Amino acid sequence: MTKASKKRLHMVQHHERCKGCGFCILECPKEALSVSDDVNRKGYPLVKLDEEKCIVCAICHTVCPDYVFERREVA
Amino acid sequence: MAQKLIPELLVEDNKFCPGCGHGIVNRVLAEVLEELGLADKAVGSLAVGCGCLMMDTFGTDWVQAPHGRAAAVAVGVKRVRPECCVFTYQGDGDSLAIGFSETMYAAIRNENITAIIVNNGIFGMTGGQMAPTSLPGQRTTTSPKGRDAALTGQPLNIINQMKNLPVGYLARGSVDTAKEINKVKKYIRTGIETQMKGGGYSMIEILSPCPTNWKMTLQNSLDHIRSTVRATYPLGEFVKDGERTDA
Repeated sequence: MTKASKKRLHMVQHHERCKGCGFCILECPKEALSVSDDVNRKGYPLVKLDEEKCIVCAICHTVCPDYVFERREVA
Repeated sequence: MAQKLIPELLVEDNKFCPGCGHGIVNRVLAEVLEELGLADKAVGSLAVGCGCLMMDTFGTDWVQAPHGRAAAVAVGVKRVRPECCVFTYQGDGDSLAIGFSETMYAAIRNENITAIIVNNGIFGMTGGQMAPTSLPGQRTTTSPKGRDAALTGQPLNIINQMKNLPVGYLARGSVDTAKEINKVKKYIRTGIETQMKGGGYSMIEILSPCPTNWKMTLQNSLDHIRSTVRATYPLGEFVKDGERTDA
């Protein structure tokens, strides 16, 4: 197995961009997203990702109006 | 599965309200321009409205047109720089109220540009006034008892106005679900490809929520689009490669 193939895809969140609209929470097919108690610098509530439920389908990336989610290879 | 990264054309975070559909359309448009290799050859034309906020955040070249006249300016740019990908990005109040004449005549002359019209049924930036696209009975700040169709007319369906003209491509999408957003991406890609192969005028209308001015939660806005707005503005491709697809 090469080193590259060991990398796994993960959903990476850019919390500072979030405006807390909740579109990702409404659309997530596995209900892996929820509102957390923390807020970002703009004062919007953060979206918490449950890695165990997440199937990395990237629907949150598709619906997010504020570019919070990316599907990235993380070593 | 491939990576899904944020397009480099989105040089800054957007400035739209929470839940606004413009952000999704911006990302989809950036992805299409990058995938087609047109990021350096794209010129956008903006007039007035919430869409103008993207001038600071979207990394293509822009021309600021007078209110409503984005289509006329885009036509001028395309005629002198035919190698560029020229598009307009407007809301419904801008393109279909003040700029109706310019939008319509660009289609009547079958000018080789792509128009992206984000339809949220109101004037968003000025505080939610009634637009030509407001639905009958819709409450806005200038129709607090609901739009009276007997007094102000029926909502303007721009695709019905254009589909008998000799245009290249007409489609209507919506950003209320992930599935429809993927279709919007396909429509925008086809529209821009139509322009780049000289296929004539292409227009993509996109139904978008405006939770701030509709005074609804995002969930209610999305339900409203699915249950009510789509009935007046059906989705799909109406003209493709100059041929009616719904006839």
